[in-house]
Amino acid sequence: MGQTITQKILAQHAGRDRVAPGDNIWVDVDTLMTHDVCGPPTIGIFQREFGEDANVWDPDKLVILPDHYIFTEDPHARRNIDILRDFAAKHQLKHYFDVGTARYKGVCHVALAEEGFNRPGTVLFGTDSHSCTSGAFGMFSTGVGNTDAALIMGTGKIWVKVPETMRFVFEGTLPPWLMAKDLILSVIGDIGFEGGTYRALEFDGEAVFDLSMEERMTLTNMAIEAGGKNGIIAADQKTVDYVEARTDMPYELVTSDADARYIFEKVYDVSTMEPVVAKPHRPDNKASVSEVAGIKLDRAYIGSCTGGKFEDFLAAARILEGNRVQVDTFVVPASTEVSKQLREQTLGGKTLWQVFVDAGCKMGHASCGACLGGPVDTFGRTHGTEVVISTTNRNFPGRMGSKQSAVYLASPLTVAASALHGEITDPRTVLV
Amino acid sequence: MKDRIEGKAYVLGDSIDTDQIIPAAHLVYSMTEPEERRMYGRYACSGVPNDQAGLPEGGMPLTDPEAWTSDFRIVIAGSNFGCGSSREHAPFALQEAGIEAVVATSYARIFYRNAVDGGFLVPFESRERLIDQIRTGDDVVIDVPAGTLTHVSSGEVFLLNPLGDVADILRAGNVFEYARQAGFIS
Ligand code: SF4
Repeated sequence: MGQTITQKILAQHAGRDRVAPGDNIWVDVDTLMTHDVCGPPTIGIFQREFGEDANVWDPDKLVILPDHYIFTEDPHARRNIDILRDFAAKHQLKHYFDVGTARYKGVCHVALAEEGFNRPGTVLFGTDSHSCTSGAFGMFSTGVGNTDAALIMGTGKIWVKVPETMRFVFEGTLPPWLMAKDLILSVIGDIGFEGGTYRALEFDGEAVFDLSMEERMTLTNMAIEAGGKNGIIAADQKTVDYVEARTDMPYELVTSDADARYIFEKVYDVSTMEPVVAKPHRPDNKASVSEVAGIKLDRAYIGSCTGGKFEDFLAAARILEGNRVQVDTFVVPASTEVSKQLREQTLGGKTLWQVFVDAGCKMGHASCGACLGGPVDTFGRTHGTEVVISTTNRNFPGRMGSKQSAVYLASPLTVAASALHGEITDPRTVLV
Repeated sequence: MKDRIEGKAYVLGDSIDTDQIIPAAHLVYSMTEPEERRMYGRYACSGVPNDQAGLPEGGMPLTDPEAWTSDFRIVIAGSNFGCGSSREHAPFALQEAGIEAVVATSYARIFYRNAVDGGFLVPFESRERLIDQIRTGDDVVIDVPAGTLTHVSSGEVFLLNPLGDVADILRAGNVFEYARQAGFIS
C-alpha cells in the first residue's frame, strides 16, 4: 500500500520508512512560526517549562511575524510587540520582522511564502490555525496552540497523529469569473465545516496546477475551515521557481504514491462550477452567487491571508477600474510586499493603488486588519449590524468585530462586483 | 485529572467557535499576570450570541459581567466545539472561568489538542447529543474511570467515549510532564 504525500513527509521527519493514519509519532520540526497574539504567551510557557534563560532549540528555525494587532493604540496589544522584540533581541533571532521598521512584513502566512520559508518536503508548525496555508508548497504545515509551540521552541519536536487524507481533484479549465476561493468554498460547503476534521486535504488535478502559487495558497488556507489538519498540493515547476527565487535552503519534492489510500475522493469539473458565497455565519453555508444576488450590503472588504494577496487585488481592480463603489469598501493588503506591488503595477495606465482610490475605496496598511475584528480602533472593524461581503476566510458571529454584523465570504471578483452595486452581484454580469 | 468532576452544567449549541469562546478583542491580556489573566474568566464565552448563551432559554452569560469566575463547572455542547482560530486562549479562558470539563459530540482538533496538551480542561465526547436533554443550571456528575455522565435530577446516565491516547497526557497534567515522563524530552 502506497503512502500519501502527507504520510511520506511525516514519516521522514519521524525517522521512519512509513507511517499509517492514526499512528502517534514525534516529528522534527523545520520551521516554527508565531505572531503577536500567540507569541507572547508561547514565550511565557517556554520560559516556565525550560527556564528564564533557556535557549531556543534552533534560533534560525524560529520565525516571528507580528501582524494581527499592529495599527492600534491598544496598550496591551503594543505590549505584546515589546515582548516579541525583547525576546528576539535576547535570542538574536534573524527571522524577527519588527513593526515600524523596513523589515515589517504583514500577515504571517503570506510573508512565510514571500520570504522563502515555505519549502517543499519540510514540516512547519505555526501558532495560527491558517498555518495550513503553507501546504500549497508541497509541505506539511498546521496550526497549534501556545503550549505545543512552546514545546517545539524548547525541543524542536512535537507529537502528531498521522491523518487520513481526503483528495479533491479539479479537472478542466477555470473560467475567468472563477477563482480559487470559489473552489474551496464549494469544497467546504460540500463536506461541511467538520467534514475534514483530523484529516489532510490534498488538492490535485490540472486546474490546481494551472493556478499560480498565490491562488494555490487560497485553497490550502481554508483547509481549516473544513476542520482539516493540513491542506497540501504537491510541488511542481511553478513551486520550484517560486521557492528558488527566494531561498537557497534545501527542499525536497515529495508526491503521493499512485496506490496511496484516500479515505474520500471527489472530482470537480471546474468548467461547470459557479461563483459561490458562504452565507452568515458559517464558512460551509454555501450558496451560488446567483441565489443570493440582490442582497443589500453596507460594506465590502478585500484583505487577509486568503484574500489580500496581489492577485486578489488584481482581480478586484479589473472590475473596479473606471467605476465607483456604492458601499464602504476597505482594501487591506496582506503584506508590505503586496502594498508595494499595488503601488508599482499598473492597469489601464494607473497603479492598482490609484485604481482603488479612484473607485472610492478606503486604503489600509498591510496587516490582518479587521479579518478578526480585533481592538476597537481596527481599520474596517464592524461595530453594529453591518452586512458585509468579504474576501476573508471566516464569518462566525463577531469574527469581524460586532456580533450583530453579518458576513458573506466570496472571491475578490464577487466582492468587487458587489461593491459596485451595493448588493451581492454575480461577477459574470460585470465582467466583459 | 480528577476521577470525579461535578457541578452545574452550562449548555451551548453546535459549532461554537473560538471567537465566541473568547472574542479577538480580549486576546491582548497577559495570560500570566494574576490580575490580568482574570479577564479571561470574565469574558469567557462572551462572544456567544445572547439567545444561544445558556440553552435552552439563552440570555445567561457563562460568567456574570461583574464577576471573574463562573458558577458553572461543565460545558455541554453539540458538534464541532472549538472550531476556527487556533487560540489557546479559548480553553484557557474556560479554565479561568472555572470550567473543568467540556462534553460535546465532537470537537475541532486544535481546540481539543490545546485543551489536552495545556492541561486546561478535560474534553469528553458524548455518545449521544446531550444539549436537548440537559438544561443550563442542572447538576451533572462525570465519573472519569467509568466514562459516564449522570444527570442528577433525572438520574439518567449517559455514556462518554473513552479518552484513548490522550488520557496519558491528561493524567500527567500537560504535554511537558507527559513528554518528560515518557522520555521524549529531558
Ligand atoms: S489575515 Fe485573518 S485569517 Fe489570516 S492570519 Fe490574519 S487574522 Fe488570521
